[in-house]
Amino acid sequence: MPTQVLMPALSPTMEEGKLAKWVAKEGDAIKAGDVIAEIETDKATMEVEAVDEGRLGRILVGEGTEGVKVNSPIAWILGEGEDASAIQADAPAELKAEAKTNGSGAAALQTPEAPGPAPKPGEDEGGKIAHGPATGPVSALTSLPTAQPEEDSREVPEGTEMVQMTVREALRDAMAEEMRRDGDVFVMGEEVAEYQGAYKVTQGLLEEFGARRVIDTPITEHGFAGLGVGAAFAGLKPIVEFMTWNFAMQAIDQIINSAAKTLYMAGGQMGCPIVFRGPNGAAARVGAQHSQDYSAWYSQVPGLKVIQPHTAADAKGLLKAAIRDRNPVIFLENEILYGQSFPVPKLDDFVLPIGKAKIARKGKDATIVSFGIGMTYALKAAEALAGEGIESEVVDLRTIRPMDIETVVRSVKKTGRCVTVEEGWPQNSVGTTIAAQLMRQAFDFLDAPVLNVNGKDVPMPYAANLEKLALPSVKEVVEAVKAVSYK
Amino acid sequence: MAQTHAAARRSGADREARAEGGRSGSAAKSAEIAEFSKDEELGAYRQMLLIRRFEEKAGQLYGMGLIGGFCHLYIGQEAVVVGLQLAMIEGDQVITAYRDHGHMLATGMDPKGVMAELTGRRSGYSRGKGGSMHMFSKDKHFYGGHGIVGAQVPLGTGLAFANRYRDNGNVSLTYFGDGAANQGQVYESFNMAKLWSLPVIYVIENNHYAMGTSIKRSSATTNLCKRGQSFDIPGEQVDGMDVRAVKAAGEMALDHARSGKGPMILEMLTYRYRGHSMSDPAKYRAKEEVQKMRTEHDPIEQVRHRLEEKGWASEDDLKEVDKEIRRVVNEAAEFAQQDPEPDPAELWTDIYAEAQA
Repeated sequence: MPTQVLMPALSPTMEEGKLAKWVAKEGDAIKAGDVIAEIETDKATMEVEAVDEGRLGRILVGEGTEGVKVNSPIAWILGEGEDASAIQADAPAELKAEAKTNGSGAAALQTPEAPGPAPKPGEDEGGKIAHGPATGPVSALTSLPTAQPEEDSREVPEGTEMVQMTVREALRDAMAEEMRRDGDVFVMGEEVAEYQGAYKVTQGLLEEFGARRVIDTPITEHGFAGLGVGAAFAGLKPIVEFMTWNFAMQAIDQIINSAAKTLYMAGGQMGCPIVFRGPNGAAARVGAQHSQDYSAWYSQVPGLKVIQPHTAADAKGLLKAAIRDRNPVIFLENEILYGQSFPVPKLDDFVLPIGKAKIARKGKDATIVSFGIGMTYALKAAEALAGEGIESEVVDLRTIRPMDIETVVRSVKKTGRCVTVEEGWPQNSVGTTIAAQLMRQAFDFLDAPVLNVNGKDVPMPYAANLEKLALPSVKEVVEAVKAVSYK
Repeated sequence: MAQTHAAARRSGADREARAEGGRSGSAAKSAEIAEFSKDEELGAYRQMLLIRRFEEKAGQLYGMGLIGGFCHLYIGQEAVVVGLQLAMIEGDQVITAYRDHGHMLATGMDPKGVMAELTGRRSGYSRGKGGSMHMFSKDKHFYGGHGIVGAQVPLGTGLAFANRYRDNGNVSLTYFGDGAANQGQVYESFNMAKLWSLPVIYVIENNHYAMGTSIKRSSATTNLCKRGQSFDIPGEQVDGMDVRAVKAAGEMALDHARSGKGPMILEMLTYRYRGHSMSDPAKYRAKEEVQKMRTEHDPIEQVRHRLEEKGWASEDDLKEVDKEIRRVVNEAAEFAQQDPEPDPAELWTDIYAEAQA
């Protein structure tokens, strides 16, 4: 049967082109791979190769013809023993019709109203995260399927003994416990083994687990982040420590393009169970390149989970959860918090759910939302405000993505006012996302515009006084809460 | 034997590069190139032809608008993946960049599933969500399919890290091109692979053009097998158009890595007949250069010639093979057009993995 040659699309955007030249003539014998014609697109002149063998039976579009539509027939190729009489000028162009079935806009226009599989009852953190239709069709966020009212949840059984512990110790214990539990878990990074950690977070791990599982890397963030991701593809569960998150910018391609997207690009076949962790944000007087909060950066990326704990208990419970999670988790610690002590439940296996905020302080007059080191400003401000008769409710997000916006909304529906606090820059910050969500989900409950207290919109200065000015302050939080309270 | 070896090496693509010396490092011995048995020749012929016909069909479907976006064809380079596959054992991993259809077919992935992914349909290997550059098969130990030049090199090194961690005796074949050979993360990977003696073969598919920039215009040193020298990683330049030379080099390198001696570099001198992607008119090289490679060094024609010369297959036998391959490819193409697009609900799946049971 004769085969039709169709005008090919030769770029992702080409719709028509000029048939510049016929290289083969009618009657020429043709093998697969032979150049038969040249086509001019808007960008270049391209050669058209034959895919089928035979003889060029008839040319349908002459040389020099412009505006030849993609997929319109341009020639016939005859098979062995066929002659031109086999060609029917008006033979149905089947392939042409089929081509139209592809690339229709239908799927692209689907709004998230077609939800993923409904979450199974009781499935919480780590479960398949269904899209919540409540957030509407516009820029919906991947969110938790359900959030229990905070009051009802007990993360620590009553009567549990609490021990004072620094955040640093809590993080170390979390890693050690998970490494004892699962032989596939290992730690790698700069100075994590023999030096015992640049910030001593991995202290003692080399001694207990040996050099096979506690691995000093060269100073090569891009490389070892990618190596960790590859090991996770193969089923290991790496904890990759960045000496600080500032250095992870060298590795951000591997974190986003390789770690976060592979499960999706592989149609669920292959994921990346990995934890990237290290100190994030400003420390003290280390200048612009070493003082940056990455919460907003990473929390924009579907496929990543982003955690920034404040207390030692949250650091421990959430790091253990992160190590067990089958997804890439960005775990943002803070150098200033490392040395601070908090009560930590003395339990054999204390794991907290990822994606769940907590009420760190109850109040009725205004809601302050923060996370990580931002909580220190928030809690101090709440204390100061209480002295002036304003009872703030302080919500500690703990996880930035998936964000427990429900808990924030519930609090704001009660207080009618909201201030967010974070060290990150103001544009496209975590706070602005919360403000947008509140406008959508609690518009009728808001008695004042949401205010964001952020780090200032400048690179971090070195001078002590300027650095202080660049960071949020308790005073700014107090003033913001008063402003939304019209006091 | 020695003569065959020399002849095979001479027939490669880049004489100038070879003039600088085709070997680097002392840890590994050059591979002796053994003649193929009849079955090996026929097997290699069939596999290479499958890749070529598949790619021609993919090009055709692209032209019809059935395949979208970027589509990088492997035509001309078939001997590389087919030869190396012959040297591998079960469990050895393959990872590469975006010119990946040949690698997938060589590992035994189903042409239907690959083609359906190219057309963005629900039975594609990634359920239509990956496309030409992003496909995976854990079953066949194929770890993608990566769209960022060079990014697969640390990833493949990580696969090797896992092999060593588990002491499972497997080797990671980490492919990249001459263009990627100038990426910094490649050298970060070399350093760690050698430092930790990871079982990884870095296969540099040197097709001489990083998109439109020839290797001479992009690289201070063009002998890529020597790029591991500062890490003491041995390297070998191989005639990547001769499937026998590729297999022999693969066996030698795999032995080296499997026996705990660490990484090795194989620079495969090869050539792509088509443009960088479907929308590349390839004006940066002379038509005669392409034509010369096609007529004098075509990897498939080399095997066909030997099969006929040795009387192992008649023209009719080979026509029969061709017919069979065309049937397989046409079926794949048919399937990839009939298979429906993904359900719209698929937009929201596979973003996060479910909790472990």
